[in-house]
Amino acid sequence: MKTFIGIDLGSTTTKAIVIDSEKTVLGRGITNSRSNYGIAAEVAKQEALLDGRFFLMRRELRDLAALKGRIDEFSSNFEQDFRLQQYLEQLGDLERVCLENAGDERLAKDGAETRALLGALFRQLNDEAPNLFGPGSSRKSDFFRDIAGAEYSAASEAVVKDSRISFEMMLNVFDRSIIEVENRVGTGADEGKFMHALERTCKRSAAFSNLLDDLRAPLKNVLGTTLEETYVIGTGYGRATLPFSKEHIRSEILCHGLGAHIMHPKTATVLDIGGQDTKAIQVDSEGIVESFQMNDRCAAGCGRYLGYIADEMNLGLHELGPMAMQSQRKVRINSTCTVFAGAELRDRLSMGEKREDIVAGLHRAIILRAMSILSRSGGIHDEFTFTGGVAKNEAAVKVLKELAVENYGDMTMNVNPDSIYTGALGAAEFAHRAVVH
Amino acid sequence: MNTVANEKQEVQKEESMLLQKAMISANYDALATAHEDGKKISSTFVPGNLNELLMCFDFVRNLPEINALQAGMRKKSGGYIMEAERSGHSEDVCTYVKSDLGMMAQGQVGPNGQALPVPDLLLLSYTGCFTFMKWFELVRDQYDCETAMLHVPYQANGEITDNMRKFVVTQIKEQIIPVLERVSGVKFDIDRLREYMTESAKAEEDLVWVLQSAKNKPSPIDAYFGGVYYCGPIFTAFRGSKDTTAYYAALRKEVADRVDKGLGPVTPDGVLEDERIRLVVEGPPNWTHFRDFWKMFYEEGAVVVASSYTKVGGVYDFGFRHDPEHPLESLADYCLGCYTNHNLPSRVNMLCNYMDEYRADGFLVNSIKSCNSFSAGQLLMLREVEGRTGKPAGFIETDLVDPRYFSPANVKNRLESYFQMIEQKKARSARTAA
Repeated sequence: MKTFIGIDLGSTTTKAIVIDSEKTVLGRGITNSRSNYGIAAEVAKQEALLDGRFFLMRRELRDLAALKGRIDEFSSNFEQDFRLQQYLEQLGDLERVCLENAGDERLAKDGAETRALLGALFRQLNDEAPNLFGPGSSRKSDFFRDIAGAEYSAASEAVVKDSRISFEMMLNVFDRSIIEVENRVGTGADEGKFMHALERTCKRSAAFSNLLDDLRAPLKNVLGTTLEETYVIGTGYGRATLPFSKEHIRSEILCHGLGAHIMHPKTATVLDIGGQDTKAIQVDSEGIVESFQMNDRCAAGCGRYLGYIADEMNLGLHELGPMAMQSQRKVRINSTCTVFAGAELRDRLSMGEKREDIVAGLHRAIILRAMSILSRSGGIHDEFTFTGGVAKNEAAVKVLKELAVENYGDMTMNVNPDSIYTGALGAAEFAHRAVVH
Repeated sequence: MNTVANEKQEVQKEESMLLQKAMISANYDALATAHEDGKKISSTFVPGNLNELLMCFDFVRNLPEINALQAGMRKKSGGYIMEAERSGHSEDVCTYVKSDLGMMAQGQVGPNGQALPVPDLLLLSYTGCFTFMKWFELVRDQYDCETAMLHVPYQANGEITDNMRKFVVTQIKEQIIPVLERVSGVKFDIDRLREYMTESAKAEEDLVWVLQSAKNKPSPIDAYFGGVYYCGPIFTAFRGSKDTTAYYAALRKEVADRVDKGLGPVTPDGVLEDERIRLVVEGPPNWTHFRDFWKMFYEEGAVVVASSYTKVGGVYDFGFRHDPEHPLESLADYCLGCYTNHNLPSRVNMLCNYMDEYRADGFLVNSIKSCNSFSAGQLLMLREVEGRTGKPAGFIETDLVDPRYFSPANVKNRLESYFQMIEQKKARSARTAA
């Protein structure tokens, strides 16, 4: 099967989208950019291809009578079990690397004891792994580094309690090991991993326990389908570092404009707030960029600002939006400088302002900055599409909508649940056009 | 890369560039020994400079903003600027000014490594940049020398009236010339001025021909990155000299040869072979990363076919020439007609004409972070040109000589996006036409 792949290398995350000849989105993949765009691009692509296998599997099973009415449940369980299998394999890899690092010369003095603790720790992590991927489970992140890091950190506190080995020493071993592990690109469509996952799914649910034989053949069929990487286009901030030739690289402005047009064909203005970029783009009725403006030399008012605030408040990034939505009172924040944000935050707290009001004020501050960039690009025209990581933040969306209507009148504002993939979708479309046109 | 690089990978230079380099070097030598040689020095600025008049009094000419841009290209301006900031000059002050003040504070050593003597006169011909006036107020304090100022009325209504001309001529006669005579000890000789102006007009004719050669496809020149070299002699200490006339004759011959052969501009990496995008650019270039900045254009096949910056020291392409028959009146017209003295609608008209006449694909503004006089209004100009020509407009921000304000990754990112946007639109227009 011919596939066309778009990869968007952002400052924080790298996203990939795979489409087929009919431009159907087969799969999406995302990973942390980890300051190594080459690896990040490969990992995101493999994840998207993997996701594509699940899509094909769902399509393959559509007509299977035995799964009638239960295909969504099965697909979800199967994917969770596959992710568990993937996690366990990476965990095994991490354990091996941690044990090696625990024996190196700087840690050799306590090497034996550290290794013993690591053994206990990884047994615990293996035992708890199914809870992370069980039905109804939710994870704060899908990146191995984040999941394993949180689990490792929590388990370390327990295992070092009666030991001479410090908590910091355990974290030191993790920090030295995780880069090597996360920078290994998985094989993706490894048949063994899929089969293990299928067996697990059929084993743990009575509803599917007698379907193992029926499901093996379609799965083999899907795994046997070659996903030919017909054309790949890279975009985003890290695109220049990709091992691609110039024809395989497009600016993220063009990709975001086109991606937004594909998601919402009536889009006239696009605002993308990513980790370190804010882009305001005007597109025509075909998704062709008419003009654009970006933030200047500093990342004030971008996603990183919210990340910094979350760190300062000891919150998860995803918790900021809901907290801001609780606000009852407007607090005016003047500085959108990421570096000054901490000082401004502490100052407001010391003045007795509520956390939720301050956080709401911070959201308003970054959107006000985006409004300035939007006006420089030519204003907001109907329909208005908001993309990028910050579009996932409900408080940011709310303020943007208010300010957009206040300044430019009523309009349709689109926020797609897959908006983080906008640039990658545009790139995939360019990849398709490169071959088809 | 779409340039033909030479085998040794040396930086490619045109013959005329070498000629110009020798002229600049000789002027710095003359400045260094001016007082020993019994000559007087006048500092003056590029826009509206009265070079021919200064030559009549044997002044050696020093141009502070050229010193600053030379310091920028030689990677010295960063240190000078920090020196000026230590003395209390704010981050927002024009970086030409700070570079000059920092250079003075660090011993007044010129770009060629020789000391720059204290000038005997500061001659300010005020043509729209308010900062120049403040700059000379600051340095006058330190040099303790004479100052002469020519007030040039702003073209608020977009035209030069007889009254404006008379006002400038009267000042030249009654205020400027007497000061020049007193400081130099040389009596004014109008025939000498006529001789210099005859040379100026010849050089101006050739310069216009060279700049207008960019109407060809492919353009044989880059009218921004190459253009700043081409306008160098005529904008600075050399207009009116026979050397300058010879320089422009040589340059014209060089460019004519390229036109005949259908060649593109000479870039530091060789001749650009594949002109893909033709641009009109507003605003000065960045000097601290000049080659890196240029490379971002020619690597993408982008050629600047017209620029406003190559008009700041004189707008010649609409017919004005220094006129030996009416020397003082034409000095007045020259000052009044500088790009910096034009109002916003006139500048927009000029840029729209360039877009049309030079068959440009896009209009780009390089806005200067520390330029308070000319950054204002640039977004409005951008929208106007975009609206009137229907061609894509782009906006980048850098600085003149503060290396801290040139962010290569950001500038490259914006330029690449802009060039791809132009190409996408061109491709669609081509499809529609087919």
